[in-house]
Amino acid sequence: MFARLSETQSVSLPPALWWTAVALALAAGLAIPSFTGLDVHLDLSIIFIFGILALSMGFMWGQVGMLSFGQTAFFGLGGYTYAVCSLNFGETTSAMLLAILLPAIFATVLGYFMIYGRISNIYFTVITMVVTIVLEKAIRATSDESFVIGDVWLRGQNGIAGLPDLQVPWDPATTLFVTEVYYLAFVLMMAVYVGYRMLLRHRFGRVLLGIRENERRINLLGYDTRRYKLAIFAISGAVAGLAGGLYAVWGNFVAPEMMNLNSAASVVINVIVGGKATLLGPLIGTGVVQWLTAWLGTAGVGQVNLVLGLVLIGFVMLFPQGILPMAAGLGREALEAARQLFRRRDLAAAALRKETNS
Amino acid sequence: MRLNRRQFFRSASGALAFASSAGLLRSAGIAGEAPIVVANILDQTGGLNIYSLKQIKAVAMAVEEINAAGGLLGRPLELVFYDSQSNNQFNAQYMTQALIRDKASVVHAGVTSSSREVMRPIAHKFRGLLFYNSMYEGGVCDRRHVCVAQVPGQQIAPLVPHVVKEYGKRCYILGADYIYPHTTAKWVRKFTQEAGGEDIGVEFFPLDVSNFAPALSRIQAAKPDVVWSILVGSAHNAFYRQYEATIGKANIPLASCMFGIGREQTYLSADEASGIVNATPFHDSLPTEAAQKFVRDFKAYTGEDDYVGDYAEYGYRGVNIWANAVRKAGDPSPEAVIEALPGVQFEAPGGLVTVDGQTNHATMDIHLVRTNRNQGWDHLETFAQRPPSDTQAVCDLNANPNDRTQYTLEL
Amino acid sequence: MHEIVIHLYQVMFAIGIFVLISLGLAVIFGMMRVINLAQGEFIMLGAYFCLFATQLGLDFWLAVLCAGLGVGLFGILVERLLIRFLYGRIMDTLLATWGLSLFMVGLVTSVFGPQEAGVDAKLGKVTFGAYSIAEYNLVLIAVAGALLALTFAIWRYTRFGLVARSVMQNPTMAAALGVNPRKYYMLTFGFGSALTGVAGAMLAPLVGNQPTMGSFYVAKAFVTVISGGPAPLTGTLYASTLFGATDGLISYRTTQVLGEIGVLLIAIVLLRMLPLGITGHSARRA
Repeated sequence: MFARLSETQSVSLPPALWWTAVALALAAGLAIPSFTGLDVHLDLSIIFIFGILALSMGFMWGQVGMLSFGQTAFFGLGGYTYAVCSLNFGETTSAMLLAILLPAIFATVLGYFMIYGRISNIYFTVITMVVTIVLEKAIRATSDESFVIGDVWLRGQNGIAGLPDLQVPWDPATTLFVTEVYYLAFVLMMAVYVGYRMLLRHRFGRVLLGIRENERRINLLGYDTRRYKLAIFAISGAVAGLAGGLYAVWGNFVAPEMMNLNSAASVVINVIVGGKATLLGPLIGTGVVQWLTAWLGTAGVGQVNLVLGLVLIGFVMLFPQGILPMAAGLGREALEAARQLFRRRDLAAAALRKETNS
Repeated sequence: MRLNRRQFFRSASGALAFASSAGLLRSAGIAGEAPIVVANILDQTGGLNIYSLKQIKAVAMAVEEINAAGGLLGRPLELVFYDSQSNNQFNAQYMTQALIRDKASVVHAGVTSSSREVMRPIAHKFRGLLFYNSMYEGGVCDRRHVCVAQVPGQQIAPLVPHVVKEYGKRCYILGADYIYPHTTAKWVRKFTQEAGGEDIGVEFFPLDVSNFAPALSRIQAAKPDVVWSILVGSAHNAFYRQYEATIGKANIPLASCMFGIGREQTYLSADEASGIVNATPFHDSLPTEAAQKFVRDFKAYTGEDDYVGDYAEYGYRGVNIWANAVRKAGDPSPEAVIEALPGVQFEAPGGLVTVDGQTNHATMDIHLVRTNRNQGWDHLETFAQRPPSDTQAVCDLNANPNDRTQYTLEL
Repeated sequence: MHEIVIHLYQVMFAIGIFVLISLGLAVIFGMMRVINLAQGEFIMLGAYFCLFATQLGLDFWLAVLCAGLGVGLFGILVERLLIRFLYGRIMDTLLATWGLSLFMVGLVTSVFGPQEAGVDAKLGKVTFGAYSIAEYNLVLIAVAGALLALTFAIWRYTRFGLVARSVMQNPTMAAALGVNPRKYYMLTFGFGSALTGVAGAMLAPLVGNQPTMGSFYVAKAFVTVISGGPAPLTGTLYASTLFGATDGLISYRTTQVLGEIGVLLIAIVLLRMLPLGITGHSARRA
């Protein structure tokens, strides 16, 4: 039965080839900074960071069938944890670790509340969405100077800016500059990608895929699916928290907008654009949408929304499966067409031979 | 790439050319010189664009005027515009692009404190210069940052005594829920108390609230003499509408230090908008030749015929103050301009503006005004040459040139 | 005494707003399971239609009708050009309507600028002791109630409602009985859009017209409709009543932020306690 499941999964490169592809991507990513400017490093880092966030959402949705509309809650919590801790401690390593840990704990509690309540899929989606909005509204209501954690004023709508740069854990005097943040974000994105992929190959991942296909059947096979769903929700909360911590490092600021409905929807949109069936999809989708939005802002197109909206609509019509499966499909078709062509030529040649022979 | 972007502007925005045409540069005799890059990062898109749209055009107009008059130091200005889409993440990205890729000599950017606080550290990272052409809560002490609009000490101090004298001692304050209105509410309370009055209620509203029915009932229960609005943004504009339909300014008058900066009065009926008192560095009906010329020129330049407003003027004065500093320094590099900035003056449409070297804020005229029934203001009184005293009390760049703090103002 | 009236008014007004902004969505999402993320922009469009109709000299109430008609037709257009290709692809409708929402905001801003004049309903105010209340707000409560009753009646007692309900429940069976399901999808989408258009028009005198105004309502509308559960109309009524009462009371007694947060927290607890929604246990679809 699990064999059948792995067929439905559309990642189908053989492991050796896949590892080669990962190594190549890693090499390419690490080489890029040598021949681009700091502004490009900054622009690419933010794509990697949102890529991590999209992966945390896309994995749950595409592989387990849990549509979390509120990954931004953990993203924002991670960012604010980094902000408050780094400013209070004057030290960033523990702040970053807590930015992963606290969202994971929050996700465990929230996940327990939802998943063990056996709520239906759509309510899971709605509750996660409502949670991110509640957090956003709560943070936005902290403009008064009395809202302080330690020595840090939360500053409401304005957000907290001027956050410290990330320190090298074994050498706190050295901090990461734009290009080093690029390397960090890139390597972490690759690590999260590979990690999720390994998870899928593991027995734990097989059960998750089974839950997506037919949760009741997995239950009847003796697995407590709630435990599995809670575990992956917590893991993805941690990953989203990591992305939030990195976002705070990237721009040296956090703001309630990290958690608003717009940001929450953007994550979902990025995943849909890339295609949720694969793990590469969320990364590609994030890259395309982020790059397009940033570019449109400098292209003098007038209202960016107008163009972006049209592109998204056109996209749904043209690529119903997302970019990646579409590209894969096109590739397969091209291959098939080429094969057909060759076969036809062979046939024609054979026919010709036959004719000349007779 | 840059050429493409310039062409884009021209085709996408119709009659409005954001970069000066080759013809204009030729006739000014500066076509062959290496341009000085001026970056402008504002929100053309998104919820904050009610503050930005006119300023984007005013900055373009100022650059165009300087080019037509022979450029700066014999070199043309090249304007690069970025649409930050009401999203601070783009402020960070575009600020970096402007300084690294476009090598901008100056960046005029931001209408919110949050976006400014995102960009200020980047200005330091890459040794740039940031002009923040917008009013805010005050207290930024940073030589790479210049604010040419008013801070609360300049504006609230003359406004409050007038309101207490005209309308009465008991006030009720409504504000948007972020730092500027919180700070300003404290200033209003302090000056009201100094004038012998008291505040009997303060409330803050998230920026997306547009139903004020609960607040209106509470105000009626409290029976104040005057209501202060420090409400901000397009959703809050609903307040003026609902206030007139429920309480009415005839019963309890309204004062505001924010009304009009998003050109609110042009979106309201005469009944809803008229009779609100405010203090501002510029308004369209300012009875001076400089102001009237600016309004005429702006309308001619943009082809628009509606109210221009103070945020356009801030952008215009920002570019010109920077240009005067470049002339004084004889060098457009940020370091030279920063050295030259203290004491630089510009006869702005709203009156003489002088850069205060101690704070990199500006001394300017503040005009007491009241909305009339024609989407404009009646001019009541001018308070000449008010210094940014609140920020001066906490900031001294002469003594501490490496300061970068935004101080919380002590009242 | 006056205090009681004011409390009652705050609650009824909040309920009225919840009903207005979610009714159209209850039809579109509740009946058709189409996630229309552009719901907020349909509200915005209704407000703009109302504004232009009054600027052409139409009476306010005619303008409200025009807005309903205009947005209804717009909805049918959207259904024909976009949604009908996406039935059964629920997530693609999400992306498409998100794109539509961005597009509409961008288009309206480009054409009309970042804000527009409001609409004057030309009504006075009524006074209770120290308090006065805008008559318009009272009218809005009545209109919300009337719209809900009208929708319920159409769904329950007309042939259109009967057939539409049967199509939503079992399109294959309906088709076998000689009904064209596609036509009913189109009409239902148009009907939901028209309700949303009327809501937008009713909001215009209150909050004015801005391209971005839709974003204030879209989350609230979804939470209301989804909390309502499988019977969209009665569900929306119950959810609006609960949320409106919470919002109205907390907002009046404390602050508006607490009111909004209170509503959302109640929604979370509610969905956890009633995992099928408010009407999930008395499932009689209407």
